[in-house]
Formats: sequence, structure tokens, C-alpha cells
Amino acid sequence: MTALEQTQTASTSAGMPAITYNFAYLDEQTKRMIRRAILKAIAIPGYQVPFASREMPMPYGWGTGGVQVTAAILGMDDVLKVIDQGSDDTTNAVAIRGFFETTAPGVATTTRTQDATVIQTRHRVPEQQLQAHQVLVYQVPIPEPLRFLEPRETETRKLHALADYGLMHVKLYEDIARHGHIATTYAYPVEVDGRYVMDPSPIPKFDNPKMDDSPALQLFGAGREKRIYAIPPHTRVVPLDFEDHPFKVQHFAKPCALCAATGVYLDEVILDDRGGRMFVCSDTDYCNTRQAEGHRGEMSALPEAAE
Amino acid sequence: MTDDAPLLVAEGLTRYYGARLGCRDVSLTLHAGEVLAIVGESGSGKSTLLGLLSTELEPSAGAIHYRMRDGEMRDLSALTEGERRLLLRTDWGFVRQHAEKGLRMAVSAGGNVGERLMAVGWRNYAGIRNEAIDWLSRVEIQPDRIDDDPRAFSGGMRQRLQIARNLVTKPRLVFMDEPTGGLDVSVQARLLDLIRSLVADLGLAVIIVTHDLAVARLLSHRIMVMKEGRVIEEGLTDQVLDDPREPYTQLLVSSVLAA
Ligand SMILES: Nc1ncnc2c1ncn2[C@@H]1O[C@H](COP(=O)(O)OP(=O)(O)O)[C@@H](O)[C@H]1O
Ligand SMILES: [Mg+2]
Ligand SMILES: [Zn+2]
Repeated sequence: MTALEQTQTASTSAGMPAITYNFAYLDEQTKRMIRRAILKAIAIPGYQVPFASREMPMPYGWGTGGVQVTAAILGMDDVLKVIDQGSDDTTNAVAIRGFFETTAPGVATTTRTQDATVIQTRHRVPEQQLQAHQVLVYQVPIPEPLRFLEPRETETRKLHALADYGLMHVKLYEDIARHGHIATTYAYPVEVDGRYVMDPSPIPKFDNPKMDDSPALQLFGAGREKRIYAIPPHTRVVPLDFEDHPFKVQHFAKPCALCAATGVYLDEVILDDRGGRMFVCSDTDYCNTRQAEGHRGEMSALPEAAE
Repeated sequence: MTDDAPLLVAEGLTRYYGARLGCRDVSLTLHAGEVLAIVGESGSGKSTLLGLLSTELEPSAGAIHYRMRDGEMRDLSALTEGERRLLLRTDWGFVRQHAEKGLRMAVSAGGNVGERLMAVGWRNYAGIRNEAIDWLSRVEIQPDRIDDDPRAFSGGMRQRLQIARNLVTKPRLVFMDEPTGGLDVSVQARLLDLIRSLVADLGLAVIIVTHDLAVARLLSHRIMVMKEGRVIEEGLTDQVLDDPREPYTQLLVSSVLAA
């Protein structure tokens, strides 16, 4: 992830007039501005640092915050992986990967978690334990965990400054009062390094424990809301809860139907219109790797031609 | 610290809104357990004074000292924002005329009552809930309404919920701005009875703003009469109301002035 300060030229496709991009699309001054915000975010774990978010050639819902963070940290020797809900081949993931293949020539891309140095993600943390040389970049739609009960930005800023987080527990209290348990399953709020309360982006709460004490650097970018925040390596990340309603992750009754993995996050896949369904790893790279290693689930015999 | 040390001392409180006078040169001393009513016509500066006393407004001049729970007399303008907020949500309460300004309307009654407890670190759901049930019953709200939000409550219930939400941390001082305003007469009477018995049971000090002299007579020990931003008469409630010295107060008492 060395910060290369060089301009590259790339052409979109043969026959088209060559369009000159700066390496990774953003100009160097913008990247430096974003890197300063990232450094500040790393220095104050969980604190939302404002930054001058730029227009990107994609709509906001597509993760422009994550894209800008990735663009600012990407160096020529990086290997990039992009996932959307655990998958490398959704439209969103393919588009973002393609964007960097075009604008950051020389940067290799991969779908293999262990080979990547930078992983941009929407809504998941990879199953495979991340390593110290890796950076996980989250796309964040709404960075403010207090917004549910306090829409005023001036007030939420004060609440963070004073570590005045009673409102977060009001939200969890309401959950239990209504549902009998904490029904928040995505974007489950966490306390970072004993100080700031943070929205982990809409990852399933299943992934929260992976954020704790991770050897990898975790960066969060919210484009529309113009915020960057970070969890430095080996930082304590604790989900909020009550003593008598402690935080628990989802449990799945059966292993992955394709690779028999347990203790991983599963997605439901509808097989036919007669109610047939199976549960498979949401992390497709993880599932594929296990199948390649010879692991078989109860539905593995299904003909591949179903695609 | 002896018990006759004052709880709150305000000196020379003045507030201008630009060139417009809100209130001017108001001084007062309040003791623990004492109920002070601030009365006067609409626009006389009652709410401004209450805002200053509760530190919601910044004075143009003047100072307020308050005896904290540890007994120390503190200049309120010298508190840090964190200390000020802690004071507001533990040792103080504020009951507002419009419940939607004093409650979280989208949060259940239990959540409304529990909020202060969670803010000061309560982390046991059952404990918070039991405390909320206790306070709801003390303000005559059926415990089975604990999971309903205040939008489903009548005006009188909303005010009682506001009171429970404020009293749950056992404050020593509660500010009230027209707490019975806009309620039906019978609902008002029930609410006043409740406030009166809670104030007596808990030994609360109260500063209550009202344009209704009947409310002042029922609840307060002392009364301050405001006119055009100034206090023109003050004293023991019965004395002032039975034997007003100022012609303006006499008009108020004889209900000639529409408040
Ligand atoms: N936010 C404000 N801006 C300008 N003038 C105000 C404001 N609030 C109150 N005032 C003025 O201050 C005076 C006292 O108002 P207020 O304290 O609301 O009186 P009361 O509560 O007795 O009706 C009035 O002349 C009023 O118009
Ligand atoms: Mg008023
Ligand atoms: Zn699998």
C-alpha cells in the first residue's frame, strides 16, 4: 500500500480515444486530502472524520465513499479484491473492480481473500481471518449510529464529544421491549477502543466479532455523508448490549449445503418454485476454496448446469 | 453544609433578545424542598427567566450558583458541558407544557423513563424495566402501558409520563413551565394533586412558571410576580395573593388582566 504519486494513462478500450486518468481516478491533491483524513481516523479509532467527498463516476448508493478510500490508499503493488454481500461477482462488485482495473492499471485484482492486500467490501467481512498486511475498506451508507434517535447533527457531534451514549441503549431497550430480544441484526453498534460508539456499516452482526482485535487495518468510507472512520489493527471492538441480554451472533442450524462449512454466515438460496431452498456460504470465495479442497455439502451433487 | 444553605442563588439575571428585553435584573434564592411560582401576564418574561435558571439560555448579565450533590456551591456558567448535562439529567428535571418537547414520542413509555438511567450507566434490562414500572405506577400510569409510546397517551398521561421520566434519577430541583396548560379542568386538578403529593413525598424544590394563580396557590410556598421583564412583587404565596401590594398584582388577582 505504498502511496505512489504518479500519473498513469489508460485507455478504456481499443479503438476509443485514450482518456487520461490520474492513477486510481482521483488527482493527487484529493488523495492526499483523503489520506490525511484516514490518518486522523486511525489516530482516533471510531471517530468520524469529515472529508471533502468528491463526485465519483458512479451513483452514491454504489459505495463512492469506499471507492475514494480505496483510491487514496491503492499503490502499484497492491492486489485488490471487491466484494458485495460476500460475493465477488455481483454487478456492484464487478463494476468497482472494473473501475480500478481501468483507472489503476498495474494493480492486480483477485477474488481470493488471502491474496488481496486491499479488500473493498459492502455488507460483509470475509470469513477467512485477515492478516496484518491487509486493509479492509467498508462502504458505508449512514455513518452516524445515533441518528435513529437524534437527527440533529450538531447534537450528535456533542454526544460523541462527551461520550454521551445513553441513547444507544434506549434503542436496544426498545428492541427488547418490542421483540423480546435485541432484534438489530445488521449495523449492530459497537464501542471502539473503549471510547467512540461506531456504526459498523450494514454488515450482519455475525461479523462483529471479526472486527475485534483484527490484525488488519479497517477503514470506513461514507461518500454521500462525507465521513471516514477507522479501526486500527488490534483494537478492542465491543458490541453494545445489556448484562441480562448479552450480544449474541446468529447461529445456523445446518452447515453450508455446498462446502459443509460451519460457523460461517449463510445465505438462503431459492432452488425452485416448489419451496426448494438451501443455505450456502455468503462468502463465495471461502465456499469455492473449500470445495476446491474437496469439502462437500449435502447439495453438492446438484448439476452445475442450473446456472 | 447545613440544610439552611440555599440550593440555588441567582443574582442580577438579565437577558436581552437583541434589543428586546426578555427579563432584567432578577435575583432569587431557593432552598431545598421549596416551591417557587413565577406568575405574570403572557410576555412578562417568565419563560425567559426559567430558561436562564435552567441554563438553557445564556444570560446577558448575572450569575447562578447551585449547591451540587457533593455540597459544593458552583457557578453554573463555569461548569463544563459534560458536568452541565449530568446535572440536567440527574439532579434536575424539566417538565414542559408541550409533552412532545419533553418526551421522545417514538419511544415507549418504559424507554422514556429508562433513558436517564441508561445515560448514567444502568445496563441491566430487567432492572431498568422494574424501575420504570415503579415510576409509572407512582404517576398513576398502568404498568401494562409500559410498551406503548406516548402518542397513544392522553394529554394528562403524557404530562404524568414526563414527570416520571424526570423523577427517576431522584432530582432535587425540577423546573416546570405551565405543566397544566391546555388540559381540561378535571385533568388539571388530578395532575396538580399528583404534583403536590410527589413534591411533598420527595422533598423536591420546584420553580414553576404559570399564568394561573390557582396553580400557584395550590403548589407554591413563595411567589414572584413579573411585569415587563422585571419582578415587581414577591413574597409568601398566601400573603401576596390575599394582600397584594402592587396595583398590577391586584389586577392579576382580581382576574381583570387576562393572563
Ligand atoms: N426567542 C426570542 N426572541 C426574541 N424575543 C423573545 C424570544 N423569546 C421571548 N422573547 C420576548 O421576551 C419577552 C418575554 O417573553 P417570555 O419569557 O416568553 O414571556 P412569558 O413566558 O412570560 O410569556 C417577550 O417580549 C417576548 O416577545
Ligand atoms: Mg411562557
Ligand atoms: Zn460454503
